[in-house]
Amino acid sequence: MSKALLYDATMCIGCKQCEGACAQQNKLPYDDKVAAESVQSEHKYTVVMTKDDKFMRRLCMHCEHPACASVCPVGAFHKTKEGPVVYDVWKCIGCRYCMVACAFAQPKYEWGSLNPRVRKCVMCPDRVVAGKQTACAEICPTGATKFGDRDDLIKEAQARIRDNPSNYQPRIYGLHEVGGTCVLILSSMNVEDYGYPASAKIGDTPMPEYTGRVMEKIPDFIPVWSLVLGGIYWISHRREEVAEAEAEEKKNGSAR
Amino acid sequence: MKIKLTFWKIVFLVIMAMGLYSTFVRYFHGLGAVSNMNDQFPWGLWIGFDCLCGVMLAAGGFCIVGAVYLFNVERLHSVVRPAVLTAFLGYLLFIVGLLFDLGRPWYIWHQLIYMNPHSVMFEVGMCVMAYTTVLFFEFLPNVLERFHLTTPIKWIKRVYPVLIILGILLSTLHQSSLGSLYLIMPSKLHPFWYTPALPFLFFGSAIAVGLAMTIFESTQSAKAFGRHLELPVLVNLGGALLVALWVNALLRFEDYFHRGLLGQIVKPSYEAYFLWLELTLAFVIPITMLSFKKVRLSPNGLYLASIFTVLGFITNRLNVSLTGFETYVGHHYVPKWTEFSVTLMIIAMGFALFGVAVKYLPIFPEEEHAVQRHLRPEAGSVVSTPVLGHAGD
Repeated sequence: MSKALLYDATMCIGCKQCEGACAQQNKLPYDDKVAAESVQSEHKYTVVMTKDDKFMRRLCMHCEHPACASVCPVGAFHKTKEGPVVYDVWKCIGCRYCMVACAFAQPKYEWGSLNPRVRKCVMCPDRVVAGKQTACAEICPTGATKFGDRDDLIKEAQARIRDNPSNYQPRIYGLHEVGGTCVLILSSMNVEDYGYPASAKIGDTPMPEYTGRVMEKIPDFIPVWSLVLGGIYWISHRREEVAEAEAEEKKNGSAR
Repeated sequence: MKIKLTFWKIVFLVIMAMGLYSTFVRYFHGLGAVSNMNDQFPWGLWIGFDCLCGVMLAAGGFCIVGAVYLFNVERLHSVVRPAVLTAFLGYLLFIVGLLFDLGRPWYIWHQLIYMNPHSVMFEVGMCVMAYTTVLFFEFLPNVLERFHLTTPIKWIKRVYPVLIILGILLSTLHQSSLGSLYLIMPSKLHPFWYTPALPFLFFGSAIAVGLAMTIFESTQSAKAFGRHLELPVLVNLGGALLVALWVNALLRFEDYFHRGLLGQIVKPSYEAYFLWLELTLAFVIPITMLSFKKVRLSPNGLYLASIFTVLGFITNRLNVSLTGFETYVGHHYVPKWTEFSVTLMIIAMGFALFGVAVKYLPIFPEEEHAVQRHLRPEAGSVVSTPVLGHAGD
């Protein structure tokens, strides 16, 4: 069963301990200056944003059908059965298709490096495989970020909305978006106000389907198109041969 | 004439010097230092122009080879060699451009071993690799002929039908797949340019531009190398270009019509201005021009119409790859001068290599043959292309 993170913005106090724990886990620099940065970058995989006393966290959504994994020409991204979408840096050629393809604009790049890597939250895969929580969930003092089985977390999120309907927008962001994600978000605000793409805009269709519809036709297209091209070639050159043979015959005939 | 030559040489040297400086910055200070690309705009001018437009500009190779060898249109024979040369150089330079843009170009061979068949990029990469090899063999007879090596030419002749069909198959696949690359960004790319029809539009525009580029380079090399201009060939290409433009225009109209965007595209907006520019350059001007028989029969008219077509479709691809993302990102992307200088350097290398190839290899038919063809149009094509003329038979 796939693991997931439930982030409940109404429980978040904006302490940014998840940012620090994430940096430590991924061996990234973290100080007051980094803490003050309100955007994700190659050295900040997750960010807690503040707006009108309300907080909102951003991180890789770990899609059930990740676009990054489907577009990568060398398969440097893949979805693990435990849930995390992980990155194999040694495969990466640096085409950055993952960055343009991701609907949540999560992959970031080491623009200043001479051997640059794509950087994003990978949901602490070593910890998850070992049966532990992610670093951000473990350190969260209020339980705003909760780690667990995706199905259980969905049930819990639905229960929270049911028990406290005035506290929440009546939806779980990530339940159906782009075919479902392993990061689920509850909030009293519109997540769109914090830079998340609107549900209506990204839709419920898994991203890989958009290119898959074309790619799946290619194995059939190759033999059919080769035959058509070969046929055209044969016909147009056969006509020439026939014309030549006829001319020859005519010549022979008139000679006789 | 001599002063003009020196002037262009100086321009070339300046472009190369600036390009080399940018190359140094790219490989010793990284992509961030050399370009204005960032996390919001991970793909910039090098993908938009060098890759998307570069492959489109090199489409003349498969268009002309297809017309001459597949459909047996003998009268276009004399432009096969320059078209194949342009395509071969175009693809080589595309790969050079890729080495600048890829973050880790030294791992470019990874896609041969870590294959991901779901990736459009993987498909484009494999097709481009294979097609460049095909183009190499289509181009090789020029070199072999130069050194009078007849035996290997015979071998190539024997497999020529396979090469031709393979070349067209691979071109169909990757020319359209360059459009498919953008199918996965429905929420990012502006609706003026995001359409499920992208692969068809990219393939259609490749054919139009392939024809236009052949007219352009024939006229251009006639001017530059003082060659006799073969007007009947250009007139044929011009007619084909007009048809290709109408088909493209119809496809675009159908697309906007079915997606109910006709009302939106006429309303002024940032994107609409760029769309109007694109549609005017790619369709309105060249279609209007070519609709006049007088223009279709004049070398200068055809030359101008082909330039407008090329500029129009370049605008189209830059709109798909750059303009179309600006509203989503929320700010503009303007390439850094070092990005421009790398692109310019690659274009300059293309011109220079074309000149060198024409100078040392039998790319264009000998002048007396051209005159002969002028007198006896049917015999000319056979005389002018002794090797490839019979390659497919």
